[in-house]
Amino acid sequence: MAERCAVVGVGMTKMSKCRDDVSMAGLVREAAMRALEDAEMTWADVQAVVIGTAPDIFEGVMMPELYLADALGATGKPIMRVHTAGSVGGSTAVVATHLIESQVHERVLTVAFEKQSEGDTNFAFSSGRSGGVGAGGYFAPHIRAYIERSGAPAYVGPMVAVKDRKNALKNPYAHLRIPDITIEMVMESPFVWDPIHRLESCPTSDGACAMVLTNEAGASRATKPPAWVHGTAVRTELGWFPGRDPVNPKGGQDCAADVYRQAGVTDPRADFDVVECYVPFSWYEPMWMENLGFADVGDGWKLTESGATSMDGDIPVNCSGGVLSSNPIGASGMLRFAEAAQQVRGLAGDHQIADARRALGHAYGGAAQYFSMWVVAAEKP
Amino acid sequence: MTRDVAIVAFAQAPLDQAPGQTETLMLLPTITDALNTVGLTRRDVDFTCSGSADYLTGGTFTFVQMLEAAGAWPPISESHVEMDGAWALYEAWVRLQHGDVDVALVFSSGRASASASLRETLTFQLDPYYLAPIGADYVSLAALQGQAVLERTGRTDKDLAQIVVQRRHDAIANPHAAVSGDVSVDELLRNDYVVEPLRTHDVGPAVDGAAAVVLVAGERARQICDRPAWIAGLDHRVDPHYPGVRDLAQSKSAALAAARAGVGNGGVEVAELCAVCTPEELVLTEALGLGDAVTINPSGGALVANPVMVTGLVRIGEAFRQVHDHGRQRVLGHASSGPCLQQNLVCVLEARD
Repeated sequence: MAERCAVVGVGMTKMSKCRDDVSMAGLVREAAMRALEDAEMTWADVQAVVIGTAPDIFEGVMMPELYLADALGATGKPIMRVHTAGSVGGSTAVVATHLIESQVHERVLTVAFEKQSEGDTNFAFSSGRSGGVGAGGYFAPHIRAYIERSGAPAYVGPMVAVKDRKNALKNPYAHLRIPDITIEMVMESPFVWDPIHRLESCPTSDGACAMVLTNEAGASRATKPPAWVHGTAVRTELGWFPGRDPVNPKGGQDCAADVYRQAGVTDPRADFDVVECYVPFSWYEPMWMENLGFADVGDGWKLTESGATSMDGDIPVNCSGGVLSSNPIGASGMLRFAEAAQQVRGLAGDHQIADARRALGHAYGGAAQYFSMWVVAAEKP
Repeated sequence: MTRDVAIVAFAQAPLDQAPGQTETLMLLPTITDALNTVGLTRRDVDFTCSGSADYLTGGTFTFVQMLEAAGAWPPISESHVEMDGAWALYEAWVRLQHGDVDVALVFSSGRASASASLRETLTFQLDPYYLAPIGADYVSLAALQGQAVLERTGRTDKDLAQIVVQRRHDAIANPHAAVSGDVSVDELLRNDYVVEPLRTHDVGPAVDGAAAVVLVAGERARQICDRPAWIAGLDHRVDPHYPGVRDLAQSKSAALAAARAGVGNGGVEVAELCAVCTPEELVLTEALGLGDAVTINPSGGALVANPVMVTGLVRIGEAFRQVHDHGRQRVLGHASSGPCLQQNLVCVLEARD
């Protein structure tokens, strides 16, 4: 029988285009110290560190956990570095959860970061010296296929762009702040990769996120409410072969089915109070709503259009502003997991959903082929 | 407390590969070999974990291509560490502790030959603000460590050469060795210094490589393997990054990992150490508490072949062979990463009747 795991500390940095006020070490330490403070713990309480970040070339440091070990107080402790493309922030939290559930450790610090201003993200997305099209260029045809298949009106993607940017105004850590954003403004912004308008795309950000995870005894001692982990799952599939559906990938469906089974979720729309979903381009909200079972295939856009995913809807998605508002890539998945945890802890601040009891954290990466998810809840499993 | 997990199979890609061979094509037959030896297929694997590093080939997301070798369709439960494969083994071992799944596949790969200069490439592992700009490459840092350990122990470059003589002799029986054969101390001492006190023979030749390990939990390990190597202890620790704040002649993190892995509880007969430069063996032998009776690196160790990102996993694989093929009872596999042995992993394997 696996040990229970709970989140008792969350820390985030202010995210922005360029955090030139801190080094990489300073950035991860800022998030880690806030998580420890939230958990009412000190560095000495941490038994192991699990760190995640996306390709090393983003910052130009190979295996940066070696250099960051000192800043993360890891001396004499185990430190691991996870990398599963864009899903890495989520996968990193899953590895940290496993360290608690397996009873290998009782208190684990997990951190994810990206400091994109240190390097050239588009060079890196183009596979370094091999050449390529970048992330948006890869996903744009999938989005176009979704729009054609579902018959979704062109304004649904821009609706998501507006919703998430408005939500971001309630999140003090969010990068983009566009208070006067409208659907018209989004649709009039230039195409970056047709059909993705500039304002439908995520930014490139510097930022970090950290969480302190502990076991049942540790969570019971916490003075602030814990977020109990009710399930974790990861799935990976090949990115390119005839017959694969990259618009509604099987890996995402399988991952959701696995984590729902663990958490006893049978009707996601009814069973979750709030969702933090990895939406780097606006159309991915309706696409993932279908993939994750919140709407029937072809109906995800109707869910979005109805307003159900807004903060006053019945299934709010990305109250934090999501990846569309802040995108330190390696941390973006962990931010989803951490925001889900903050919601069920009741500590999400101005973007809190009242009485959120159960939340889904979701991340994806690669060619929409890496998935990581967790279900967190206010109640002990 | 921990669930019994054993290594039941290990396979390593041949040293002789076509020029420019991809990691995927090195891994494909290697993974198949490892699974085949215990009658498993990719469909039997419950959890997959791999280790590799983008920087060796100068790419991004290079591990994604390796999914073809893992066989990631239908979708699999999978993870990846940007670390030596030994840490992928650690993650897989943790996953198997949950009790809901029994079979894990671990693999790693690296193409040192894709780097114009491995010394230059690995320099990017260092603190980018203070260490990388001065070009403190891994061989120069290992030389500093070598100087420190020679001064502390009163040994000389003759003692280092004596170690290399033994490793190269043992490597004659290892088809994965890049250098092997009988040489004398006097011959070796005529070699040039790379960085004093390290001569050319004191730096393990970097090679391309790939390896796969199969982990199985519980009774099933006994059913499919005639002599599994049970993981009796597994731990890893890190030291501070800055060489200046450490006593380079000693390794606190290796000693701590060894204590946590229970090396002292019954000792070990054999130790496979991830010592890429000769003086590292001296540091590790002391830190891990290995007495004179312990056979060190019967494969020749990392001094005869250093498949970067795979070297640590190969040490654990060689330790498995000592139990499975050579009848040993209790052995140690060690992995290391970072400048001057910054990070160390210790895996104690044992036979159980």
